[in-house]
Amino acid sequence: MSKEAIKEKSMILQKEMVEGLFNDLANVEKTGKKVCYTFVPGNLSELIRTFDMLPVYPEINALQSAMRKKSGGYIKEAERNAHSEDVCTYVKCDVGMMMKGNIGPTGTKIPEPDVLLLSYTGCFTFMKWFETLKREYPNAEVVMIHTPYQENAEITPEMTQYMVNQLKEEVIPKMEKVSGVKFDENKLKGFLKLSAEAEDWITKIFDTTKHKPSPIDAYFAGVYYIGPINIGFRGTPEAVEYYKELYSEIQERIRLGLGPVTPEGEMKEEKYRLVVEGPPNWTSFREFWKIFYDMGAVIVASSYTKVGGVYDMGWRHDPERPLESLGEYCMNCYTNLNIPQRIDLLSKCIKDYQADGYVTNSIKSCNSFSAGQLGMMREIEDRLEVPVGFIESDLVDPRYFSYSNIKNRLESYFQMLAQRKMLEKQEA
Amino acid sequence: MKNLKQIINDCKELAFDLNFTRAKKWKAEKDGRVIVGYTPIYFPREVIHAAGGLPVGVFGGGDRKQIIKGDAYYQSYICHIPRSIMELALDKHLDDFDGFIFPSICDVLRNLSGIFKQHKFGKFVKYMDFPQNFLPQIGGVFYQQEMEHVMKYIKEINGKTPTVEELNHSIGLYNKNRQMIEFIYDIRQEFPWRLSIEDVYHIVRAGTVIPVEEHNEILEQVCIHIKESIGEPQDKIKVVISGAFCEQPAVGLIRAIEEAGCYVVDDDYMLGSRMILGDIDATTNKPLEAISNAYIKQSQYSSSIYDVDNPKEYRLAKIVEKRGANGVIFASASFCDPSLLDAPIFQNAFNKMGIRYIAFQFSENINQFKVIKEQVGAFSDSIKLWEDEPVLVTK
Repeated sequence: MSKEAIKEKSMILQKEMVEGLFNDLANVEKTGKKVCYTFVPGNLSELIRTFDMLPVYPEINALQSAMRKKSGGYIKEAERNAHSEDVCTYVKCDVGMMMKGNIGPTGTKIPEPDVLLLSYTGCFTFMKWFETLKREYPNAEVVMIHTPYQENAEITPEMTQYMVNQLKEEVIPKMEKVSGVKFDENKLKGFLKLSAEAEDWITKIFDTTKHKPSPIDAYFAGVYYIGPINIGFRGTPEAVEYYKELYSEIQERIRLGLGPVTPEGEMKEEKYRLVVEGPPNWTSFREFWKIFYDMGAVIVASSYTKVGGVYDMGWRHDPERPLESLGEYCMNCYTNLNIPQRIDLLSKCIKDYQADGYVTNSIKSCNSFSAGQLGMMREIEDRLEVPVGFIESDLVDPRYFSYSNIKNRLESYFQMLAQRKMLEKQEA
Repeated sequence: MKNLKQIINDCKELAFDLNFTRAKKWKAEKDGRVIVGYTPIYFPREVIHAAGGLPVGVFGGGDRKQIIKGDAYYQSYICHIPRSIMELALDKHLDDFDGFIFPSICDVLRNLSGIFKQHKFGKFVKYMDFPQNFLPQIGGVFYQQEMEHVMKYIKEINGKTPTVEELNHSIGLYNKNRQMIEFIYDIRQEFPWRLSIEDVYHIVRAGTVIPVEEHNEILEQVCIHIKESIGEPQDKIKVVISGAFCEQPAVGLIRAIEEAGCYVVDDDYMLGSRMILGDIDATTNKPLEAISNAYIKQSQYSSSIYDVDNPKEYRLAKIVEKRGANGVIFASASFCDPSLLDAPIFQNAFNKMGIRYIAFQFSENINQFKVIKEQVGAFSDSIKLWEDEPVLVTK
């Protein structure tokens, strides 16, 4: 039986923020606040806040449903209604949840959207998802912002201008219409200033994995750390406070020479440092994490924590260029990077954080991540001569998490790492 | 003029020549010629043609190429076409190609463009980001910039910048090409026995690997032949095939559907060649803008184009109505996100509209069609036995 998780102050802060959002959502009928459904990658949190709207993130609802063991039923419900077994399980979980009354993670009904804001960033399925939602919510206003892909590993002035034009001529007028609030650039600038501050903090937090032992796990714990910045709190003083507190807790861990906090307490010995590519499995999240910490493996960097924004290469929201900055942010999310960029970024992580290995968790129903992962793995193996591991699971479909298969593969992989470490020691 | 059988045999050879012999021969005939491969679904080939290039469709190896190396790049739960295109590239079928264009249709082909870049296949690799904003002054301008980017790549190879006249000339050639393909479909709507859908497929696909001038000659001859009363009608229902076909079905599957009791009166097998409905204006002094406007205002529906303002289910229903079809066959490539994610949208709408349909999945390399044939046969029989009124779309 798993032990009770230890809660630090930052965790309590985050819990309060999330609960506050869901309470606000539960009370929209009383408060008259408008509701905006949108996605994490390329989320325009600051803009949504400028119009006093409340965000709902369907993929966050899906992963929360999975962690509460409800996603399996929702997915089956969607499949009974012509949704294929082979498509994104976030979509099916969301559709199934809707069919079952749209009860959110906190047990309250999630209000219907007043606006569907699709900042179509790095994932083609998002677009299809919103086509489905539009048919479910015919009265909702639909706002689409097409984010160009960094196909040539760059953001050109033309790409930024395209984003700005869409924001000016389509997104902002429609948001004004739905919310009844006039666009206030100064208000947006204020949020963007706080966003940049939070981005500085989160970059420093993920950079602490340079320490040995690493004071944090940048994947399994990392997914909690990215919560506030990704789900609507970027641009708020609460998010800045959260990240400051988290950073201070991590500094204390470094001072004490402690490893990461796991659901079963501190990890005692850091044996292996890994970089992980791909989202985690949510249906068996704890069991999945346990395989790693039981073996003394800590994740020092992951691509998934960059899905809502890549900040470690220096990019920040810029209040002096508000709309350009929003556009660049969307274009700079991890899945909007081309494959060579992803390889370069992950290679840099492996080197900077002195990783012993590189593991891909390939998600069956997420082509945005999965298509190309095998080629990336080969290239990283060739380039850095680092041992690579490969496992397969799914986002929120419990049918595709095979504990024994994953454990066997990882155990073999860790044996290989152990052998390699032993040989390196002998050679030294 | 060749007889129809000869023409079809020639097209069969061209369509599935995985060595792209005609394209390579064309390139070798004159200095400065370039071959630019493009993956499904649509690319404005006019741009490459005007720049002195030959646009060549790279649609995978189908059931004619054994996949060995390509499987090492893609997990089992990813569709078949990227592994098959990788196999073609790694086996040097595409060695004489100067560049590759990957139109923005899905995450898999988008990421394949990155793998091509990583491998440095060709002199350039361009992921062509088609606009999902349909305002000419926003999405249209962006699209023109994307086309200019392609022209810049070609210029770096052959030093040529096409003139307005050259672009308009190319637009004219492709207008003619589209007109004749539509003429074939229009004839078949009434007389589908004059040319099987398998033959149509070969004829249209052949046009993706040869110069448009040559393809237009072929089409002209085909059009003349099928104006004649040839063939014998059979007792078959009329269907529309819808599959968001990027990955192409094996020819055996295309044949099996008609053999099982259906005349296919419209389809999106080779959607790229039919994407623009009607002509593109070939008389302006802004030809890229004309191409862009045509894409924005007169494209066929597609699973890769955001459709909220123009719902695809009504557009497909209109096609069913226009062609007088009795039903629809949805054929999705296995693991094809765009097609499979559209399935509930189409099927829920068609349930309400009373349009009959069946759905199945395929993979480009399957060559056992017994189950599908039985399914299609049963569908055909059910319609013949319980015939309804023709479809009338009200929205």
